[in-house]
Amino acid sequence: MIALCVTDMNELKPKTTLDMPLSPESRVRGRAVRRFRRGIEWLILALLGSSTGITLLVTAAIIMVLGVETVLFFRQEEVSVGEFFFSLQWNPLLGGEKHFGIWPLLTGTLMISVIGLAVAVPMGLITAIYLSEYAHPKIRAVLKPALELLAGIPTVVYGFFALAFITPLLKWFHEGFNSYNALSAGIAVGILIIPIVSSIAEDAMRAVPNALREGVYGLGGTRFDAAVKVVFPAALSGIVAAVLLAMARAVGETMVVALASGSTPRLAYDPRLETQTMTGFMVQMAMGDVSNFGVEYYSLYAVAATLFVMTFSLTLLGAWVRRRYQEKYE
Amino acid sequence: MNGESRLSLHPLLADPEGLRARLRPVAGRHRKERIFYFLCLAVSGMAVLILAALFGAITLMGIATFSWKFLTAPPSPAAEESGMYPAIMGSVWVVLLAMLTALPLGTASAILLEEYRPRSPLMRRIQHIIELNITNLAGVPSVVYGILGLTVFVYMFPLFDGTGKPVREWGVVYYDQFYNEADTVLLVPVNTLDAPPVQPKTGMLAFDADFHPVNLQVIGEDDPWPEDPERARVTLRETDMGGRISEKTWYYFCLPFGRGVLAGALTLGLVILPTIIIAAREALRAVPDSLREGAFALGASRWQTIYRVTLPAALPGIMTGSILAMSRAIGEAAPLIMISGIVFLTNPPRHLMDDFTVMPLQIFNWAQRPQTDFHALAASGIIVLLAILLVFNSIALLIRQRYQKPLS
Repeated sequence: MIALCVTDMNELKPKTTLDMPLSPESRVRGRAVRRFRRGIEWLILALLGSSTGITLLVTAAIIMVLGVETVLFFRQEEVSVGEFFFSLQWNPLLGGEKHFGIWPLLTGTLMISVIGLAVAVPMGLITAIYLSEYAHPKIRAVLKPALELLAGIPTVVYGFFALAFITPLLKWFHEGFNSYNALSAGIAVGILIIPIVSSIAEDAMRAVPNALREGVYGLGGTRFDAAVKVVFPAALSGIVAAVLLAMARAVGETMVVALASGSTPRLAYDPRLETQTMTGFMVQMAMGDVSNFGVEYYSLYAVAATLFVMTFSLTLLGAWVRRRYQEKYE
Repeated sequence: MNGESRLSLHPLLADPEGLRARLRPVAGRHRKERIFYFLCLAVSGMAVLILAALFGAITLMGIATFSWKFLTAPPSPAAEESGMYPAIMGSVWVVLLAMLTALPLGTASAILLEEYRPRSPLMRRIQHIIELNITNLAGVPSVVYGILGLTVFVYMFPLFDGTGKPVREWGVVYYDQFYNEADTVLLVPVNTLDAPPVQPKTGMLAFDADFHPVNLQVIGEDDPWPEDPERARVTLRETDMGGRISEKTWYYFCLPFGRGVLAGALTLGLVILPTIIIAAREALRAVPDSLREGAFALGASRWQTIYRVTLPAALPGIMTGSILAMSRAIGEAAPLIMISGIVFLTNPPRHLMDDFTVMPLQIFNWAQRPQTDFHALAASGIIVLLAILLVFNSIALLIRQRYQKPLS
């Protein structure tokens, strides 16, 4: 009602809430309090900023530590960059002649990741389609927690499961399997990454608007047509990202391969035999004495650097695919 | 619409057999639909089946060796006497310390990223980089964090000589321990671990086994041994040699950290930091803006708004996220194996620098042995681990259901 008779905008400014005019002292005190408050705000912002800065520091530290020690590794007499990338032998521990070619470890890692993906991608994607397109809410209410439970089980448990359950099962099917073999570890890694594939892919499929599905039904299509011919392609960027992230996880998986796949690096593609991955080698070194600062010690860093570069580029690629090829329906 | 295309439809209508053949795929499509549905059902059922097989197999293998003694006994070379008490206590130490470091850091980062939206393009760019960086950190294999922790915490590589041996120490006293001919223990304090061995001399500061000071008496090599038992108790011969022992207090601290609890906990803290940041950000994002605006309208500053309004509203979400991060930390073995290796311990850790082992490492240790007795122990250990995780997840679920009511 006051506003009605206001003609000058300045009159809207609050004067003081008190009838009494403020004394000079209290005005000074008010200014001091305000300055103190502002100081506190800045202090807190600085604290928050420095803790956020730590995340950047961690990345920097990883890159620096791996970089510096890898350079030290290549400075050693026994190794050269050429040997690391082109030699087909990896035996840093056995006495006599030492060889530092990354390929046996790399192929071991790739073989187990590929087996893992061969298990996880079909199962994860079909589960995702089922969850997003078919599942009754009641079934969803059982299946989702089951998948979350699978994702929450420690990896050492999967390692033990592979060693004590999957391997005997494989041996029962076929006698050629070694007690430590790549297939068993690969299957366990696959089970481990099913929830990653299914949850990211399901999110991507759920993001596809219903209008598209309804369009398919309107044209006489079945739910299969909607899921496979429309929703799946529309969600492809998310699905590719899911597979890439799952691959990064499989490449970096450690305890399963350390337990179930053995410790003989070999450049062979027989999944019945034992093989060693990059992560498996790192665990083997950690269990022995790594503090002797010999060339074996530095090889740990070179392997870790290779692993880091691989997972880092897979994660970046996944994030990029997700952003670049995302279909927008607004 | 010219005549030709209309003509192309006519033959179909004129040919009922052909029309039926064209319509048949509808039935085929429905069959395909049904087959696909059952495929989906079977594959999704597989996930549940695998879970059941995993729990079933582990319970069958481990239930026989699972007992109260298993929880309270130290590990032993004999399988039937082994327990995992030191590993359980090690897990408690390491995981609590890891949460203590990662939770404040993670929440603070989440608050900065969610509540202080930058306005200038430069700051916005920096924030984008930080966000991308956190996503990447979440994707770094945990074994790489182990390597980082080994270099930065265990050896503190650029600062110290890189052997991991303590260079600076607090809260420790070293003694040379002597056994005399009366079979009593006498302790002579020395300054450092590497000090030269003590030559016993009369009147030297010395302690008995209960750390009471005694009057040390030293006699020559060929002197007769004193008759008086009180005197014999504090007597040493000149030529006696002591063994170096250390007495560490509960606050013992050293630099570099070595392969101790603190190095493991800090490494584990780094592993779960991205998880906590992501969870806390989601919890903060779920707080409706109307609450913040209400606080601002009442004259609250930014931090007052966060501290009094936003944080309390987001707390259940942050807690749920942290409990899930904690259960990840409990099961994590790869980074800790880089830090502590596989060690045989019969005692739980006593101070921050003490050697430690955790449940997943103990399980790994048992599982990698060839004897099946130890496999049963590993399965029992897994039962304990999974039971703890189940409790944690239930608590998280409970908090989510209890406190997550709509705020707007």
